[in-house]
Amino acid sequence: MTADQLLLLLPMILVALTTVVTMLAISIRRSHVTSCLITALGLLLALLSLIIVQPLGAQEVTPLLLVDDFKLYFTALILGSSLAITLLSYPYMANLEDHQDEFYLLIGIATLGGLVMAGSAHFITAFVGIEILSVALYGMIAYPLHRSLAAQYPMEASIKYLVLSAMSSAFFLFGVALLYAQTGTLHFQDISPEFGLIEAEGASAAYFVLAALMVMAGFAFKLSLAPFHLWTPDVYEGAPLPATTFLATVGKIAMAALLMRFMSVSRLMDSAAIMTALMLISALSILVGNLLALRQTNLKRLLSYSSIAHMGYLMIAMLVVDTGAQSMGAEATGFYLTAYVVMTLGAFGVMIVVSDSAHERDHIGHYQGLFWRSPWLALVFTAMLLSLAGIPLTIGFIGKFYVFAAGVEGAQWFLLASMVVGSAIGLFYYLRIVYGMLLPADSAADPAGSLPSIDQDPLPEIGLRNLLPHAVLFLLLAALVIPGVVPGGLMELLRSVMAGLS
Amino acid sequence: MMALWLIIVLFVGGLLAWASELADARAPRVVALLSLLLALLLVVVMYATGAPQPDSPGAQWFILEKWEWIPRFSIFLQIGVDGLSLLLLLLTTFLGLIALAAAWHEIQQRCGFFYFNLLWTLAGVVGVFIALDLFLFFFFWEIMLIPMYLIIAIWGHEDRAYAATKFFIFTQAAGLVLLLAILAMAWLHMEQIGRFSFDYFELGNLIVETPLQRVLMLGFFIGFATKLPSFPLHSWLPDAHSQAPTAGSVLLAGLLLKTGAYGLIRFTVPLFPDAAADFAPVAMALGAISILYCAKLAFAQTDLKRLIAYTSVSHMGFVTLGIFAWNIQGLQGAFMTIMAHGLSAAALFMIAGGLQLRFHTRDIYVMGGLWAVLPGMAAMALFFSVAALGMPGLGNFVGEFLALIGAFQTHVWITVAAALGLILAAVYSLWVIQRVFHGTVSPVMAAAGRVPDLSRLEWIAYAAMAAGLVWMGVHPQSFLEFTEPVLGLLLEASR
Repeated sequence: MTADQLLLLLPMILVALTTVVTMLAISIRRSHVTSCLITALGLLLALLSLIIVQPLGAQEVTPLLLVDDFKLYFTALILGSSLAITLLSYPYMANLEDHQDEFYLLIGIATLGGLVMAGSAHFITAFVGIEILSVALYGMIAYPLHRSLAAQYPMEASIKYLVLSAMSSAFFLFGVALLYAQTGTLHFQDISPEFGLIEAEGASAAYFVLAALMVMAGFAFKLSLAPFHLWTPDVYEGAPLPATTFLATVGKIAMAALLMRFMSVSRLMDSAAIMTALMLISALSILVGNLLALRQTNLKRLLSYSSIAHMGYLMIAMLVVDTGAQSMGAEATGFYLTAYVVMTLGAFGVMIVVSDSAHERDHIGHYQGLFWRSPWLALVFTAMLLSLAGIPLTIGFIGKFYVFAAGVEGAQWFLLASMVVGSAIGLFYYLRIVYGMLLPADSAADPAGSLPSIDQDPLPEIGLRNLLPHAVLFLLLAALVIPGVVPGGLMELLRSVMAGLS
Repeated sequence: MMALWLIIVLFVGGLLAWASELADARAPRVVALLSLLLALLLVVVMYATGAPQPDSPGAQWFILEKWEWIPRFSIFLQIGVDGLSLLLLLLTTFLGLIALAAAWHEIQQRCGFFYFNLLWTLAGVVGVFIALDLFLFFFFWEIMLIPMYLIIAIWGHEDRAYAATKFFIFTQAAGLVLLLAILAMAWLHMEQIGRFSFDYFELGNLIVETPLQRVLMLGFFIGFATKLPSFPLHSWLPDAHSQAPTAGSVLLAGLLLKTGAYGLIRFTVPLFPDAAADFAPVAMALGAISILYCAKLAFAQTDLKRLIAYTSVSHMGFVTLGIFAWNIQGLQGAFMTIMAHGLSAAALFMIAGGLQLRFHTRDIYVMGGLWAVLPGMAAMALFFSVAALGMPGLGNFVGEFLALIGAFQTHVWITVAAALGLILAAVYSLWVIQRVFHGTVSPVMAAAGRVPDLSRLEWIAYAAMAAGLVWMGVHPQSFLEFTEPVLGLLLEASR
């Protein structure tokens, strides 16, 4: 390994160092501020190090890791999200009747896992990355276990995630083993249906498809695509908000980047059976996600179902990743993921800002009249929700447009029709939240009376402690609106990034 | 630049109106008034000084400009104003002022945000009328929905949540179908020419095979017919209208419906002439059904605003009829109906809103004998009802008559059926007048005590609309000569 190659790994090394320093700092003296600052600083440095790394050009660092523009783009996305979550977590965690420091350690470790996934073109690194991310997430989900008031079921959520995640890993590994038996390689680029056909006649095509489908099931579980989505709402609801946010953003980006690399580098999509299966998964996710979100009153559950639908939209673009040199699929996938991250971070960010570990505002009634109580937060939340619904002036609209364009290119008419229906259904529940925020703040928030009245339940004031989270929300709003109005720059960036793929 | 300034004035005016609330609760409406007057001034200057540029396509565009926007998809900020757009812009700014007059005293809460939404809706409508890049068109098409949704959802009546959501979902879902069709066109351009294009003129030159043309045309038709609305996509409209505040109803009936008609004239038929010609009998039949069925439904309503809403759908049937007849009389008729109905429906909704403000009810059955109580308003109601039912000498008559003449040349029996709608219109209009304004004063109305008749502001608004209708009725040529070259060119190009 040359020094140049080490330099290429600089962002990962910096994140790894950050976790070590955080750990040492904790062992010397526990301090919430210090842990948060060290982590934030480390992530920021890693983000800045991309400026040094980017000009070095694409290279394979050992056969296990591939550092190219694609990896660097997703590295930036993951680091940015982690940094935002770290900053948002501070006021949330401040009131926890327990040690807060290890949460930041877990954020660092999970981020490292995500970075490994974004750079892997090999099943070994893919699996290592997935496990690093998942194991850290178990801890994050169950984090507030000792507190008196907060999350109702962090333990249930964590165990559920642990068991089902382990099962999906088993599927994934079994599929990988079968592919290995078939092709004798763990490199993505050597996976191709023709291998099976040439090496052995007859049953091996079915054998290959079965193996590939098992791998896909592993991916689909982590991306919470239907019918592998059953864990999603419970885990989202049970986890503390920052962990939910992390799961919904970094967890999804890293997995989607990995899947995208896998699908564009391997020639899996040449198989009609796999294509059909993925199409069904996509359509099912869109319909299931949107329909089940309709009547949710818990915003975490609602956003979890909506994320299922969004991953379904993403799959439409993903299916076109591989159709030709001029293909728009990869760009559309990249753009939609970026949009998804911005809006999800923003929506959860608002919830985190008005919540703390002792009292999470995750019921739709908590947000009644927010427009008149805190116009700023309501503006951000509304913008994020409208973006999720795909309304113009937001990045979500351009993302949806891009996916449409990719779908038209791939002639995926059935999936596009599902997307139209799904989006129409989706409007209903996003608008319900927006409408709730527009209602007068003084009328009864909840007929059953289980929510406290607004006078007894003031929103946190903007002060020194949560100044940074508000700044994060501001940046997210800018990241939502600017590419929504002038998307040219981001499109060109993604175009050059994706040109190196496949 | 002038057309772009028009949009900027409205967008910025909206922001200023919102901000000015901090200074004084009455400031927003003044700011809104000023920016609307400025916008009207711009349109009038365009009207007075503009002349068709000889080098523009068809030598009929007053303004035609293009800036780069999203190079990846060859999307441009391309705007153009021709005679058709110009008159619609005039209608837009004029009705914007009328809506402002309707809101002046009615809106008491959160004024800044209301006028922000009002102006942004208008900015979206203006954008729709001048965009020549289909992506830009769709962009504005969607932009106008959100402020309209907010107007219904915040300042609406008792059932506003349901109405606002239904309005939004219907138009948005139809919009997505439209977007798909637009994208398919851009992709076709990619396949045939080698690059994307959303340019109206370039897409018009595409050669599309008939089966595909049919599908794409249907996508455009669904998108626009939902907004128009035409039977069977009309069910959002009565809810939205009856729940919206008066100014919201004025905007909806006067302008938002017209964007659908504009889309049909400007895009649907010219881009897909063959498919549209095949589809014409169906579309015209839908138009005729809209006319008759919704007239019948209007007669069965007890809620005054709902009733007027159904009559709107009924009158929009004539627009569908005229457009799909696709000859000069039909198109001119459709266009005159657009203009005249914009004024008459806005006035009728203002009357319904005025009654609700005074008596807190929209129920026709508890009203009665109001001529004695409100002579001024009753006279206005009679005038605009008579205009709406198609009295010769007023604008609506010219429009519906021309539309029927045009349709008669292509589909006789559909036209015969549709013409019966004129009788039904007379029935429900006169029935409403009789029910609400004639007879003895009903107990509920009497219990309300003395209520003020029309205020000076209302007088000005009604007088302006009445003058517009009379002008259209007695001198339609001043409008028709503006649109004739444009429509003639559209006809010629699609032969």
